[in-house]
Amino acid sequence: MTLAPASDELTAGATSRRRSARPEGRPPGRVPIGYVFVSLYTLLALAFGIIPALYAVVLAFTTTDGGFAGFDNFVKVVTDFRFLPAVLHVTLYLVIWLVMLVIFVVILALIVHAVKARWAGTTLRFVYYLPGALAGASSVLLWLFVLDPTASPVSGLLHLMGLNSFVQVIQPGNLPVIFAIIAFWTGAGGWIVIMYGALNNVSTEVIEAARIDGANAAQIAMRIQLPMLRKWIAYMGVMSLAAGTQLFVEPQLLSQASNAVVPNDYSLNQLAYQYAFQQNDFNGAAAISLILLVVALLLSWVFVTRGGLFEKE
Amino acid sequence: MQLFDRAGKGWPDVVFSSQNTDAAWASQKSGGKQAFAAVLDKGLVPQKTLDGFATGALNPCTVDGQVYCLRNDLAQAVLWYNKSLMDQFGYSIPTTWEEYEALGQKVATEHPGYIIGTAGDAWTPEVFMWASKCEANNITGPKAVTVKTDTPECKRAASLLDTLRKNDTVPVVSVFTPEFVKKYTGKVLMMPGPAWYAGAIFNNPQSLNVPAGQLGVAAPLPWKGDDKAVTGNVGGGTWFVSSHSKNLKAAEKFVQYVTTADAYQVDVAPGYPAYAAAAKKWVAKQDASKYYATSLQPIVTAASQIWDGWGYGIFSQEAIWAKTITPGVTSGKSIVDLLPTWQTAIENQAKVDGYTVK
Repeated sequence: MTLAPASDELTAGATSRRRSARPEGRPPGRVPIGYVFVSLYTLLALAFGIIPALYAVVLAFTTTDGGFAGFDNFVKVVTDFRFLPAVLHVTLYLVIWLVMLVIFVVILALIVHAVKARWAGTTLRFVYYLPGALAGASSVLLWLFVLDPTASPVSGLLHLMGLNSFVQVIQPGNLPVIFAIIAFWTGAGGWIVIMYGALNNVSTEVIEAARIDGANAAQIAMRIQLPMLRKWIAYMGVMSLAAGTQLFVEPQLLSQASNAVVPNDYSLNQLAYQYAFQQNDFNGAAAISLILLVVALLLSWVFVTRGGLFEKE
Repeated sequence: MQLFDRAGKGWPDVVFSSQNTDAAWASQKSGGKQAFAAVLDKGLVPQKTLDGFATGALNPCTVDGQVYCLRNDLAQAVLWYNKSLMDQFGYSIPTTWEEYEALGQKVATEHPGYIIGTAGDAWTPEVFMWASKCEANNITGPKAVTVKTDTPECKRAASLLDTLRKNDTVPVVSVFTPEFVKKYTGKVLMMPGPAWYAGAIFNNPQSLNVPAGQLGVAAPLPWKGDDKAVTGNVGGGTWFVSSHSKNLKAAEKFVQYVTTADAYQVDVAPGYPAYAAAAKKWVAKQDASKYYATSLQPIVTAASQIWDGWGYGIFSQEAIWAKTITPGVTSGKSIVDLLPTWQTAIENQAKVDGYTVK
């Protein structure tokens, strides 16, 4: 589940505006109002982000009575019979989802950008953004109906694929694809709108020059627009990766709706939840979250360096 | 509760639980913290009251010989059937599981589309495997369990389910789905299931909506050769009193009232009361409603026939069956073939929850 693409759009827009408009440094005598704006965010980030994360680090390396545990919690968690399957599930889901996201979001954004009629472009952007406006759990609830062949509006399609009952649809092999589709449906819209904004940043002179040189739409997309979007695609990749490794809402709700046919330890985050609240082992849960954090950081680093996220042009 | 324990305050005085897995952990200290559930049979609840519950009703509440909760309702599995349809087709009620399987074969040939049970819910093992004395959940201590699914008892129930699934008379569908209602309204000849099926499925306009005068109930079936029938249990709520409560006496009074008083258990409660005296009156009231086609005596008999070889641990057998057997069966495997997988799954989950497995 992606979190709040709307605020990312704001920061993205602000960054590009700041780079092109204002010079470095500020005139003397100006109050650093920026710090005031950021201070509330910093306080909240500390209270609800940094300090709990530090608490989790402490928990991960201690035992229930508070003694030092070294790597015991990590060993216990990694050798749990549910750990490797959960890793596999999340990996499959991430691969399918990220590939889907990058390919389709870029294509759809290019199409929306290329649409000539103004009303069509605006309507399309609105339609794409709409699913993302549904808060996470409610969109999954919607999907519970779509996935049940007896109640689904696309039951014809499901029957065509040989899926005649809800249990058949949620077979373990289908789950990564199902979760990827649900996450795409909710998250893609916001990213399309962001990519559209990024495409607007590509200077029209360059496009004109290419057109004069005889490039067609596809060549313009591949040779000019895509390379310029590289940073934004990397940004989308990093944000989606962070959200994706924390897969929780979709399998949890599907688990309850299917009466546990979809297990309640399908994803790593769910496993951490089980450790904390079913086994009363907060140290194990913290260990899982730390593992997730390290993996997500490593993968993000790859995206950031390969995508040149922090390059200045 | 883990969060209240960590915070050191905030526990509710009484808790109602619809799962039978709660006494297993609520009775134990966890992480050095005092056990949540108060012991009820060491003077808090009068012994006379405790003795007034049906035999075995307090089993889900009993850990290491001490009682930690009071039972609200029983959920003994009985054999529900549609008397009108059975009479119309000229079938007689089976008296053993073997006869039940034979009836399924008959129904499949003579009246395809009709069913004599379902096996798609998470509590399917509690209806069929428990009643067959399958030793999949033999809790022997607060943290000890014996799991043996390769026994003849387990195999006979598994084989029955496989045969009847293949001829579509016991399909793998959950009773709480639109699919069940759509496909099988008017087509349910028979249904082994808990006492609460009456209100939840048969006499429910949102579900099968069986008209008055059609629904009958028969006693649980034995397997041929067993001297007496046993049956399974699917839930039944329990009331806990917090050991941290500052109003212990008041909390106990409340819990006692709500599980034994006629004003609730007989007049209002939808489920079969666990308190024997209230149960008698409840059955009389149901009989008087003229909804049922037969006497409800089999439900009363079944209340004392719940097999005690299937215990109540901290881990959910329903969840293990749902994620192991149901997908396997949907993809074409047989339950008999899946029995070793089921065994491993139960053992793994038990070990993770700190149980020693034999």
